[in-house]
Amino acid sequence: MTDPSLAEPGTATKSTQTVVSMRNVSKVFSNGTLALKDMSLDVERGEFLSLLGPSGCGKSTALRIIAGLGGPSSGTIDWPSSKINSRGLPEGDVGFVFQEPTLMPWQTVFGNVYLPLRLQSVNKSAARERIMETLASVGLADFANAYPRELSGGMKMRVSIARALVTKPKLLLMDEPFAALDEITRQKLNDDVLRLWKQSGVTVIFVTHSVFESAYLSNRIVVMKARPGQVFADMPLKTSGARDAEYRTSEEYRATTHEVSHALHEAIHAGGGTH
Amino acid sequence: MSNVVQTAPNTDDEAGTDSAVAILRPRTSNTERVLRIVVPVAMLVLAVVAWHLTVVLNGIPKYILPTPGDVVTSLINDWPTLAPSLLVTLRITFTALILALIGGVAMAIILVQSKWVELALFPFAVILQVTPVIAIAPLLLIYVPETQTVLLIIAFLVAFFPILSNMVTGLKSVDHNLLNLYDLYGASRWQTLIYLKLPASLPYFMAGLRIAGGLALIAAVVAEFAAGTAGQGSGLAFRLLESQYRLNIPRLFAALILLTGTGIAIFGLTSFIAWLSLHRWHESAVKREN
Repeated sequence: MTDPSLAEPGTATKSTQTVVSMRNVSKVFSNGTLALKDMSLDVERGEFLSLLGPSGCGKSTALRIIAGLGGPSSGTIDWPSSKINSRGLPEGDVGFVFQEPTLMPWQTVFGNVYLPLRLQSVNKSAARERIMETLASVGLADFANAYPRELSGGMKMRVSIARALVTKPKLLLMDEPFAALDEITRQKLNDDVLRLWKQSGVTVIFVTHSVFESAYLSNRIVVMKARPGQVFADMPLKTSGARDAEYRTSEEYRATTHEVSHALHEAIHAGGGTH
Repeated sequence: MSNVVQTAPNTDDEAGTDSAVAILRPRTSNTERVLRIVVPVAMLVLAVVAWHLTVVLNGIPKYILPTPGDVVTSLINDWPTLAPSLLVTLRITFTALILALIGGVAMAIILVQSKWVELALFPFAVILQVTPVIAIAPLLLIYVPETQTVLLIIAFLVAFFPILSNMVTGLKSVDHNLLNLYDLYGASRWQTLIYLKLPASLPYFMAGLRIAGGLALIAAVVAEFAAGTAGQGSGLAFRLLESQYRLNIPRLFAALILLTGTGIAIFGLTSFIAWLSLHRWHESAVKREN
């Protein structure tokens, strides 16, 4: 694999390697709701893909199915480039960041980040270096011994991201991770996620309902529509320069958000849903 | 009160929006700290003095209401009789409590393993819980030869249910996303239990422990009232009845004071254990600052 740190978002070398492939995936919940209908999606290595859509379009459901949390009612999920375990999941290749930080309050920051390795029976001293390295990468090296309740919302989210990255996954799934944060914290975390993505070369699927967030972060946006949840538009994004504070005010960003907003607007009307 | 929440100096440049909040011990003034001890102690002393004056001024005879001095004298003089009884009551209470802890937690873990196990055992749990356990004492006295064992069984049953129901609630109210996370990383049932479910239910366990501690003592006393043992191996409850029959009211008060002391000790001990295990992380042990 080419050095991912050299690749800028949007200009990332188009690899032909597919990380995960959804084929005609449908999901019916036990109350009869058709959450997803015939969704097909190939996610290529190194992509930063945003799933964008109104509430109830099944974007979180799709993410959870990819993570193996609740299987599809029909259709298949393939992992062409991963070793599959007995449950049909790639062993240790997936990290997940929930909408809430989802930390164990009785564990320190260190203990929380240690969890994925602990469950793989890696002992603490062997894991220490990796944990501290990951904590440093999210700017929390000094808080290893703090308890979650001593941290602010943004810092808890960083712990959650560090925990997802500590296993060095191929695929990072993020389910509206910054929806509950204030604007300033959210922008800072957006930049951190972009930096971590460039440094690690991890593939990201990022669920959001924010046009601006998806346009800022992604190099591919998949717009979904509701009732039933389906892919409505698949938009690759090209950016000439780096994504930074300057980009946020550029004409290019404005045009992109306009285009994405338009697609989202159409998806909302096509879905017949309100929000 | 001058409680201060200080913002810790943050190496990051996001102070104000995303900075750590230092958890500081609230600063209490010296006067307040002294008053916190003086006020309750003074009230207690006042009550004892009022008791003494009431008895002396009204000339109430000792066999109706003794003075506090009479009670203390009785506590010292009757110590050889009271001490073995105290030990018996303590032994029953704590043995019952420990057995209830082990049994309650184990049973709760079994119950939450599958909804079928829970459904199957549900009627028994309800029957045992709604029956006033003391009502089965006469039956147990027939079936079980040892009176002490009967007391133990009753105290155990009474202490068992608060722990069981609290633990079941605790084990079931684990954060759903955390369970998903454990699933995602392929955690075994055992790992999920040890690393997630048990620590998550610790606050519930502690609530159950505090209730069960108090109830175990009450049950040990009430069961002995029902059993009415005599002579060797009888607990404080028997001494209460005995003193009543003999109109030895000072000794009755002395026995009562020992029971109250035991209750306070159990409450203090269980609260301390709860504080020890929760104060680093749980909201129930955190001082509110606003």
